[in-house]
Amino acid sequence: MASHAAAASHGAVAGHDDGHVHHHHTTTGLDHRKIAIWAFIGSECMLFASLISTYLIYKGKSLVGPFPHTEYVDAAGKVFKPILDIPVTSASTFVLLMSSLAMVLALQAVQLKGQPLPAGAGWWTRAQRSSQLWLGVTALLGAMFLGFQAYEFTSFVREGLTLKTNLFGSTFFTLTGFHGAHVTVGVLWLMSLLWIDRTRGLTPKDELVVDICALYWHFVDVVWIAIFTLIYLIQ
Amino acid sequence: MSHDSEPAEHAHAHPTGATYLKVAAILTLITVIEVWAYYIPALVSSPLFNPSLLIMSAAKFAIVVLFYMHLKYDHKLFKALFTGPLIVATGTIFALLFLFAKISL
Repeated sequence: MASHAAAASHGAVAGHDDGHVHHHHTTTGLDHRKIAIWAFIGSECMLFASLISTYLIYKGKSLVGPFPHTEYVDAAGKVFKPILDIPVTSASTFVLLMSSLAMVLALQAVQLKGQPLPAGAGWWTRAQRSSQLWLGVTALLGAMFLGFQAYEFTSFVREGLTLKTNLFGSTFFTLTGFHGAHVTVGVLWLMSLLWIDRTRGLTPKDELVVDICALYWHFVDVVWIAIFTLIYLIQ
Repeated sequence: MSHDSEPAEHAHAHPTGATYLKVAAILTLITVIEVWAYYIPALVSSPLFNPSLLIMSAAKFAIVVLFYMHLKYDHKLFKALFTGPLIVATGTIFALLFLFAKISL
């Protein structure tokens, strides 16, 4: 089993109804779908690098506030406090990190399907076998992250920061908005997997399908790890 | 079901649920330290503050990629497909920051 799980994790094998497992008949011996998702993730690195670069280049160049970390007083004497809400964003960061944990547990649950439970298995062992539970938790946590982002964006607009206010607003909303769009796609993807799991049930043969979604989801998480430090914490 | 013909580098199993939980605990701990440091003015004014945050962020990034994305256990082609563009992307960020005089040697 260990060797099967390991081999399947490479996308290098495919299960068949006769119980045998074979290498894919590709030039690399690897599943093209998994190569494609890694190539896609590589291209996404370039996309987010361009957005992060733009943010960093224009950092501190805004002529008018609100500013991310410092107070601003306009010509009319109106005071704008530092706009970034670190406690709220820390909470949303924690939510996204936990969603990554739920995602790997969902993948593990799919891998373990069909295996008999050990005698005297506790609630945690049983919970680890429920792919629906972990897919649902991942989607829920992703939706919570989007809720935090919607709250942040609306509070920023109420405080006077829009896409057009200054260079900070333009680059901040573009970068975090692109990330939020990726999270939205991920949540929809997870919900579609959850729907498939509820209707026909995911099996170890579907491991690669879940793995590809998981890779996308973790990538969205690592991008946020970079954004959280570069935009929110470094002053 | 025999995989005797597989290269030795393919013979790793995925981490267990316990490993995933430990990884989550480490990620949470690093995040707590990052946020805690943000609220200590003496630390924020230190020249080591930004490099420390970048190192912690890079550590979290690497942990997720290696353990949650299983790149530590995966085929070298997948490693190349990710690390290649990542190196180019990081280099691009630094090159642009140099060009726009945001950082200097």
